[in-house]
Amino acid sequence: MLNRLNKTGVCLMEKIRITIDGKEVFGERGQTIMEVARDNGIDIPHLCYHPKLSKTGACRLCLVRIDGRMLKTSCTEFAMDGMSVVTEDDGLKGIRRWLLGLLLLEGEHNCLYCDADGDCELQKYVKMYNVEKSDEDFPRNPREVDYVTSNAIKRNENRCILCGRCIRACKEVQVSNVWGFTERGSQTHLIADDDRRIGESSCVKCGACVQLCPTGALTFQPVLGTGLNWELEKESSICIYCGVGCKIDFYKNKEGLLVKTRGNDDGPNKGHLCIKGRFGFDFVQSPKRLTNPLMKKDGQFVEVGWDEALDFVADRMKGIKDKSGPDAIAALSSAKCTNEENYLVQKLMRGVIGTNNVDHCARL
Amino acid sequence: MTNSIREIPQSAGYLIIGSNTTENHPVIGSMIKNEVQNNKKQLVVVDPRRIELAKFADYFFPIRPGTNIAILNGFMHVIIKESLYDKTFVDTRTEGFEDLKNTVEKYTPSYVAEICGLDNPEDIVAAARLMASMKPMALYYSMGITQFVSGVNGVKSTANLQMLLGNMGVEGGGVNPLRGQNNVQGACDMGALPATYPAYQPVANEDNKKKFEAAWGAKDLSMKPGLTLVEMMNAAHAGEIKGMYIMGENPVMSDPNQQHVIEALENLELLVVQDIFLTETAQYAHVVLPSCAFLEKEGTATNTERRVQPMHRVLDPAPLVRDDWWITMQIANRMGANWEYENARDIFAEIRKVTPSYAGITYDRIEKELIQWPCPTKEHPGTQVLHRENFSRGKGLFTGVEYTAPYEETDREYPLVLTTGRVLPQFHTGTMSRNSKVLEETAPEGFVEVHPNDAINLNINDGEVVSVSTRRGSIRIKARVAGRSKANVVFIPFHFYESCANRLTVDCLDPGCKIPEYKVCACRVEKIQA
Repeated sequence: MLNRLNKTGVCLMEKIRITIDGKEVFGERGQTIMEVARDNGIDIPHLCYHPKLSKTGACRLCLVRIDGRMLKTSCTEFAMDGMSVVTEDDGLKGIRRWLLGLLLLEGEHNCLYCDADGDCELQKYVKMYNVEKSDEDFPRNPREVDYVTSNAIKRNENRCILCGRCIRACKEVQVSNVWGFTERGSQTHLIADDDRRIGESSCVKCGACVQLCPTGALTFQPVLGTGLNWELEKESSICIYCGVGCKIDFYKNKEGLLVKTRGNDDGPNKGHLCIKGRFGFDFVQSPKRLTNPLMKKDGQFVEVGWDEALDFVADRMKGIKDKSGPDAIAALSSAKCTNEENYLVQKLMRGVIGTNNVDHCARL
Repeated sequence: MTNSIREIPQSAGYLIIGSNTTENHPVIGSMIKNEVQNNKKQLVVVDPRRIELAKFADYFFPIRPGTNIAILNGFMHVIIKESLYDKTFVDTRTEGFEDLKNTVEKYTPSYVAEICGLDNPEDIVAAARLMASMKPMALYYSMGITQFVSGVNGVKSTANLQMLLGNMGVEGGGVNPLRGQNNVQGACDMGALPATYPAYQPVANEDNKKKFEAAWGAKDLSMKPGLTLVEMMNAAHAGEIKGMYIMGENPVMSDPNQQHVIEALENLELLVVQDIFLTETAQYAHVVLPSCAFLEKEGTATNTERRVQPMHRVLDPAPLVRDDWWITMQIANRMGANWEYENARDIFAEIRKVTPSYAGITYDRIEKELIQWPCPTKEHPGTQVLHRENFSRGKGLFTGVEYTAPYEETDREYPLVLTTGRVLPQFHTGTMSRNSKVLEETAPEGFVEVHPNDAINLNINDGEVVSVSTRRGSIRIKARVAGRSKANVVFIPFHFYESCANRLTVDCLDPGCKIPEYKVCACRVEKIQA
């Protein structure tokens, strides 16, 4: 982004015009073909590419034909003025089917057991291109499955397509640099830190790698409920913890239990979360939650109705106000409550009770 | 924040002082780390502990707790002496430069290094030069600047530095306090403060009084500023406050000097606690009112960059659990008011009328737009960067501030400095995070972080349960021997009731803003004899 602006912030970018699948579209010099296509609503199949991450051109699925001749990976190839790009023809379709077939052969992709079923980019393309696993005997190395060392992240490398998005997520989004590849060729596999398992590593459980994993190789440990991905209901809200104000998509299952969260790209967090935003929500559905008004009678809390509790509070407050004046009453409002709720507490104290004794934990 | 989170990539570099960003504001921490590691931005970190960001820093200053003002004055001393400051900005946008110049005159690098306990005074010079070369530099701070008896002066110092460098009113610059609670900004904006109505309109002002009397149909609003939180506890202890209404706060855990707080609460004729759990504070209540948790409510919250965002109802609450606003309204109406709010949207409509900075913000707009206050009209796009053309008072005022020592100095009896804070997997008093499985499993217990040298002197081992005492009290807690803190400084997170850090902390306050000095008190760490 930086080199696109001069010192005074004026955009130096030149507009360029390219043709994608016969349609004329505009982009900026310095953008890749993939980026121009995305900006113009054209979807080129891809697995290792993600708009938040640096580009590697590893999966080859985004190959396009340029000017009727060259095949290039559109995620790494810069768009040039006047370029003509074909995103799919019979040849490209054949290559994509062949690539997807190889991925199916190399891994152990069984959607029946997979948490990513219904939320998997590999599955999406396999369906789209109608690919089936070949029955030829292909020597493969069983890879590591680690469902136990971390209470946050499950890893099944038999579902890994070595796209490296998790590594880049950890390096470029969370910047903890935990994940890495080791060894070469068909032996290539994922390691955490200096060849540790994830639960024994310096992982801070932000979950960025899982959110950006295109398959079920990395998945979240269940926290509360579970459910089929296509049955989950999604609603966004704002994280309750620190002041960054991350926007989060919460997913709940048919029973109404929270299942998982994803960082929402529209929030100040741009889709990223920390361990608290990612996993710190099950308290809401904790069995320890208060469910009934309580009053202390003879030193013990007993359940009472709302009317009894509220009348008691109002009567006592009025009594104190009448006897000792409004300044004998104080309120603590809450940095965990909404603007509307804070507004009402100070209005109650000032407008109804008549004191400015209202504060909250801003200084704590 | 004067500036915005999305400007992080626009900064040439960062000064992080008194903020353990990657643990307490992890998403912002990651954005800064990304710029430094992957985009070659520069970073200066000042913190008593070797926090994660120190690994990424060009210069890291492990200062003694409570000496922020000295090192900031030291940076400014170098910048003025070497004439590296932004002369145009200082000439056209500020006043009081001579006052600042005179004040920082004596803060030579060697003098500062001595106050701050630093070994390399020449690094102060080098870092100051580096900061002057960053155009623009963003300054981020948090409670490591404010939670001192000199907290207000610490904040003034950060503003002095950024004005001196001309980093105010520009994208990618600014003074950026990171707020520690998701709606602490909003609670302040809404006037949940003893001296101000919504939008920081002072209560001790005849016009404001009339304005709110008219808006609320109220009579004789008090013009006497109220008590701050710690003052309330003192007044309750003294029997002057007799009734307290506490919504969603846990002062038994979060306030300094826990024993004093408990005595104060026990002294009340009426304590009403409205919360989602039976908290440590709720145990002392006469009445406990169950309220909705964040995923069960509608409303708005304002983040650290003044962005007002919608919260949606994701889950249905249990049958007898009520919205906080509904409960407050019920209490008000049973005391004679006749409020008729149907939902949060109704309340927000009223907020807009009395809060000029929110006047242009609507529920419909924030669903689609990114709006940061001030936003005075419906057509206004909101304000990404404050103080672009002018400061609120016109010209920016330099205030030369002297370093003053913390309230409690170490001595023979209490030879170590105790500082407190949070850890990544937990949050504040733990009401939420300790009831969340993954978080609680990840950090299930408190610890006292002790420097290896101190551990040898005290004859304690990593993982050993030790006793930590101050003049207020004493706790037992596991030692974590790590080179993270400076020698002679120990750190305890305050989330854990089993080893409650605030049983130890001191309740002295900044004279201006009444913030308690959580970040420094004198303590003693002892081996427990079997």
